[in-house]
Amino acid sequence: MSSDSVPDTNVYDAITEASDDARWAFGTGFSDPLAGIDTTVPDGVGGDDLAAYALMLGDDALIMSHRLQQWCTNAPELEDEVALANIGLDLLGQARLLLARAGAADGSGRDEDALAFHRAEHEFRNVRLAELENGDFGELITRLLVFSVWRLALLARLTGSRDTVLAALAAKGVKEVTYHRDYAAQWLIRLGDGTDFSRERAEAGLTEIWPYVAELFTPHVVEQRLAEAGAGVDPGALREEFDQVMGEVLAAAGLDRPDVAARAGVAARTGRDGVHTEAMGYLLAEMQSIARAHPGATW
Amino acid sequence: MTEGDRVTRGTAVGRARSGATEERPGARAGAEADGKPGARAVAEAVTDPELPMLTLADLGVLREVTEDGDTVTVAITPTYTGCPALDTMRDDLVHALRQAGYGEVEVRTVLTPAWSSDWISPAGRRKLAAAGIAPPGKAPSHHREGGPVPLTLSLPSRHVHCPHCGSADTGLVSYFGATACRSLYSCCTCSEPFEHVKEI
Repeated sequence: MSSDSVPDTNVYDAITEASDDARWAFGTGFSDPLAGIDTTVPDGVGGDDLAAYALMLGDDALIMSHRLQQWCTNAPELEDEVALANIGLDLLGQARLLLARAGAADGSGRDEDALAFHRAEHEFRNVRLAELENGDFGELITRLLVFSVWRLALLARLTGSRDTVLAALAAKGVKEVTYHRDYAAQWLIRLGDGTDFSRERAEAGLTEIWPYVAELFTPHVVEQRLAEAGAGVDPGALREEFDQVMGEVLAAAGLDRPDVAARAGVAARTGRDGVHTEAMGYLLAEMQSIARAHPGATW
Repeated sequence: MTEGDRVTRGTAVGRARSGATEERPGARAGAEADGKPGARAVAEAVTDPELPMLTLADLGVLREVTEDGDTVTVAITPTYTGCPALDTMRDDLVHALRQAGYGEVEVRTVLTPAWSSDWISPAGRRKLAAAGIAPPGKAPSHHREGGPVPLTLSLPSRHVHCPHCGSADTGLVSYFGATACRSLYSCCTCSEPFEHVKEI
């Protein structure tokens, strides 16, 4: 094809073009997701606290997204494959904004990649529920439901944050996590109200996940300070809504709330303190390997 | 970049501009004093990378275009937080405006208020339907003041009309589709599958 026939359809022209843009394919270049947004830390809020808080919520989304991405090519139906990838993508988008917000708030200037790929395990602040090794579809659905019910309650309250960036991404996130929650709830009802086998898998999933539920509502000192400053949400305040929504879904699914003890941390320290389960190291090894092997690479 | 490339790209911008003029006659006010097309018209004519029948103006993601001499600042808003098309939109905007003669182009992200499918223009809805994609209905109100977001435990009973035969007898196949913004339906009358832009 000569270069002056239909140049816009010739991908090689676009690639070799003397420009710094990434127009030729998705995912080949990432720009700052907070470009042009005012990231001034509001009065009365510590920049380090705000950064730590944004990392907590960002790491929850990043690590849960990674677990969902691992379902690619493993879901039971094509429709669910697409659903899990879509939900993972939404959470990855939330993580990008939150990590970028953290890097802007603590003055370190670290971008989303530096935070996602070049932190060690003890620097990740996600709840342990997000990092657990993937089980079967029953485990996935119960975990996704618990995570989404909790996160939706959190984001709905975060829309009133005094930090305008957190408030804005929460308002967006509410729309997305609403359909994540509906997807998981509808599936749990199908499993619980389905065959003996599907019901058994849903029950086993609930039993596996439930020890990590209490941690979701145990406030970290950073969360408490942010909540007092009107910029964050006290997770303890989410329990009532969580119990009410979970009760509604479990009743419709004909499932019982499991009666299992909470999984303790190490000297009461858990995910928010950077103390994780064994699964976390393996997860990070996979998630970070390419970025660490080729630091600063673009393609 | 070859000379042929440059010429053709210029033509593409010109073509799109005339399209935008038909759609929105008032959109080019203040333009072309120095022979350059208006920045707003150029920005409005850039198309969505995944739904190329829609311009960014049709999609409702273009918040603001300000022009100061040689410098243009464009504000866009993401449709979905994780939508990878946003980076491509940003690059396409920079490219189109540079091609139109603007030296400095800045694309800013605006997060508030969050994008809603209600912002897709009437022209955009017609273009979607003409391309076989059912346009969205009215978006639900997600955040009720003081109360939790309501739970939906049954499949939503939305009336989505088939873009091929117009039938209202259609069924949801998959809420999640090829991109974040689309669901998959099928028509019970003509048996054709089709996509539907989600209400958000």
